[in-house]
Amino acid sequence: MVDVTSDRAIADVGDAAPPAEVPEVDLYHAKSWITKYVFCQDAKVIAIQYGGTAVAIGLVALVLSWLMRLQLGFPESLSLIDAEQYYQAITMHGMIMVIYLLTALFLGGFGNYLIPLMVGARDMVFPYVNMLSYWVYLLAVLILVASFFVPGGPTGAGWTLYPPQAILSGTPGRDWGIILMLVSLIVFIIGFTMGGLNYVVTVLQARTRGMTLMRMPLTVWGIFTASVLALLAFPALFVGCVMLLFDRLLGTSFFMPAIAEFGQQLDHDGGSPILFQHLFWFFGHPEVYIVALPAFGIVSDLIATHARRNIFGYRMMVWAIIIIGGLSFIVWAHHMYVSGMNPYFGFFFAVTTLIIAVPTALKVYNWVLTLWRGDIHFTVPMLFALGFIVTFVNGGITGLFLGNAVVDVPLSDTMFVVAHFHMVMGVAPILVIFGAIYHWYPKMTGRMLHEGMGRFHFWVTFVGAYAIFLPLHYLGLMGVPRRYHELGNMPFIPESAHTLNEIVTVIALIVGFAQLLFLFNLGWSLRYGKPAGPNPWRATTLEWQTPETPPGHGNFGRELPVVYRWAYDYNVPGAAQDFLPQNMPPSRAGVQTHV
Amino acid sequence: MRNGGRWVVGGCMAALCLIGLSIAAVGQERTLYWTGLILFAIGVITIFGLIRGAYDEAEGRPRRRRQVVPALMLAVALGTVVFHLASPWWWGPIASNWEYIDFTISLTFWITGLVFLAVVVFMAWCAHRFRHRPGNTAHYEPESRRLEWGLTLATAFGVAALLTPGLFVWDEFITPPEDSQQVEAIGQQWYWSFRLPGEDGVLGTTSTRLVSVDNPLGINPDDPNGQDDVVVQSGALHLPVNRPVTVLLRSQDVLHNFYVPEFRAKMDLVPGMVTQLWFTPTRTGSFQILCAEYCGVQHANMRGQVEIVEEAEFAAWLGAQPTFATMYAAAGRDRPTAVASSDGSLAE
Repeated sequence: MVDVTSDRAIADVGDAAPPAEVPEVDLYHAKSWITKYVFCQDAKVIAIQYGGTAVAIGLVALVLSWLMRLQLGFPESLSLIDAEQYYQAITMHGMIMVIYLLTALFLGGFGNYLIPLMVGARDMVFPYVNMLSYWVYLLAVLILVASFFVPGGPTGAGWTLYPPQAILSGTPGRDWGIILMLVSLIVFIIGFTMGGLNYVVTVLQARTRGMTLMRMPLTVWGIFTASVLALLAFPALFVGCVMLLFDRLLGTSFFMPAIAEFGQQLDHDGGSPILFQHLFWFFGHPEVYIVALPAFGIVSDLIATHARRNIFGYRMMVWAIIIIGGLSFIVWAHHMYVSGMNPYFGFFFAVTTLIIAVPTALKVYNWVLTLWRGDIHFTVPMLFALGFIVTFVNGGITGLFLGNAVVDVPLSDTMFVVAHFHMVMGVAPILVIFGAIYHWYPKMTGRMLHEGMGRFHFWVTFVGAYAIFLPLHYLGLMGVPRRYHELGNMPFIPESAHTLNEIVTVIALIVGFAQLLFLFNLGWSLRYGKPAGPNPWRATTLEWQTPETPPGHGNFGRELPVVYRWAYDYNVPGAAQDFLPQNMPPSRAGVQTHV
Repeated sequence: MRNGGRWVVGGCMAALCLIGLSIAAVGQERTLYWTGLILFAIGVITIFGLIRGAYDEAEGRPRRRRQVVPALMLAVALGTVVFHLASPWWWGPIASNWEYIDFTISLTFWITGLVFLAVVVFMAWCAHRFRHRPGNTAHYEPESRRLEWGLTLATAFGVAALLTPGLFVWDEFITPPEDSQQVEAIGQQWYWSFRLPGEDGVLGTTSTRLVSVDNPLGINPDDPNGQDDVVVQSGALHLPVNRPVTVLLRSQDVLHNFYVPEFRAKMDLVPGMVTQLWFTPTRTGSFQILCAEYCGVQHANMRGQVEIVEEAEFAAWLGAQPTFATMYAAAGRDRPTAVASSDGSLAE
């Protein structure tokens, strides 16, 4: 086992590294199978638990999306679901994807696996709380799943859960579904807070010697900033959920004005439905970046590694992440231009929203400029990174439509919005997740994923998802509203729009089935994959320099690595090899790099 | 690829062919038929490719790897442009004064479309030009202050070009003209009602607390301004062409949204407050009002109708509608028998 008390002198005398600021602590060493694989405190195991749970619940969301698409594509000939079940499906699909899959997978999955390894720590700083975080998350997922089995089914309030509709009887799942949804969210936030504190404190306190903030890989910057955002944004959702639960269970009126429901007077009075929207989107907009920033960070590292070139403009990239994170807290009301809030807010929020496009565009330029004059290997992770750039640019520019208050007026609440957010926070981050799994699976298992299956998976997923969501923008431009389980008679819609809906449905089914091939690949490669070795991509970051693959408990063997350079020394002129690991001393690298 | 792998993939593809053929055979819809055929074709082409690969390998021919990635990325970018230009799905002819909104959207399409094309085509070119080949090495250059700041400034300029006209039009959108006619649209699960001022030109006050069987829109019976208000409970809202109208929006239960695609305008109805939007209808015709804010299980069926008519026709229609006073009095007369039979406690 790891002897963490050793105090051996640094091997390469003369390669100055600052002294350790935080003394090492002894880790809890698992003594039984249960503490090693089930109630485990090792961040790497917790990461896999988070990932497995998120993917499992994500499959539920995938099946729900098929049901929705079949309903939209063939509203008359197939009657799999009725209006009530359609609304339950969109609600659960949206909430699962945004919270229980994307947030949990990026922060709980990749955060847990990569933060300690990439900053050169033995584990998260609070391993026990970290373990608790996963089990509370699992509890939240189970509560959510339970709502499928209660009388009345899950809530059909839409993932935004807007009151008064969410807790009134015109909405499906009003009896039990909405209560379980709110409780599940509250539990999720409690669990996330435990994890999030860990990610932030680990990055700030447990970096190894020499790992200055401005030497951290962008993956860590992305996950770190997203965790800070989440810690600040989730409380708004938390109080919103608690207040809505009180309105539903105790008859309070936080969000409920005087209401005559189907002619019957309700007891509520004096509350504000718009207050909930402010609370929801004060969480909801940063949430977009809670998903996007880790994706930004990860894709930067994928592009640099597989193009064998330093990430272009690292410092700008870091500042862009921080500026985007900060700005994301003052743009929330762009979701509410037509909500009936004071219309003068529109000026402020349109300006802040369009300003956020500038640092975001800069990140896109820098990714492309990293490819420029690079040495691009079309590995599967690189393909997914390229796919991300295309879908993210596409989804980002439609954000410029919706952020500009007056352009939002005709487009808001139409399929254009659906297409926009699926492209920018659905397809784009999920392509990064796939790329990241192809990239780090060799480190996690010691084996490569099958490349042929990977390429097939990429092309079907990328081209298919693009072909699903690009046309939906045009339905929205035409005026087709979202959240309609069938279009019915709309005089302004030509017959061809229905054909388009059918085609989109068929593509959605094909893309969905391609994901099963990916899952098969995950299992197949575990046994039959090519052995990967410690560093198959010849990458510079610390997780590839571990003595064991997969890394053992404590990550780095006897000695924690000492960092001498940033994470992007690829093809340094005059260097001994085409990449310089972060922990390679200058005396062995053959060159002195300045970053 | 080993031959064992070829057999597995080939078997899967053969199964895909059969599935495709059966879909094409039984599918009633045209889309299903073509999908089936495409699946079949994919299977056949893949099997053919596998066989060719096996022959090439057996004869020791080097595996040819054409660079398809840059070409396909370029195809996606150009395909997007072609789709945009060829799309038959586009907004219908406008029927209000908000052609400025259409103009702003078109401007946004031009600016962002060019950026999209520039970025993706440049990316595809880089993927082609700087692909890995023997002898190609990456250029080490951590940053370029000039390039990065130049691009930032150019982007800021483009964003300002989108934002500035947008803000001017937004200012216009939220400022109804002084002389606009006021009408009220009331939403409840799941239908629309309307109220127009009577001869006094003023709408009476309302309260959700006053909503009852006799007074479904919650109009204050003690307010003299409300007595002559015209109430449209079922049927289309009529509006005169070329006269600015401010629609006051009121909901009795949940959020709704008043949306007429041809007018390009929409606004939420929020219980507990009155919201508004304004427009000037510019052509006569019949238009559908859609509820655009999810309002419960019958959301998709919450449709209304607005008829834009000439001024004279509007006046005639308005004169033929019942006023609140006559409706309320009639409801009061009918009430004792109707209500007492169902719930005695309500009859006073």
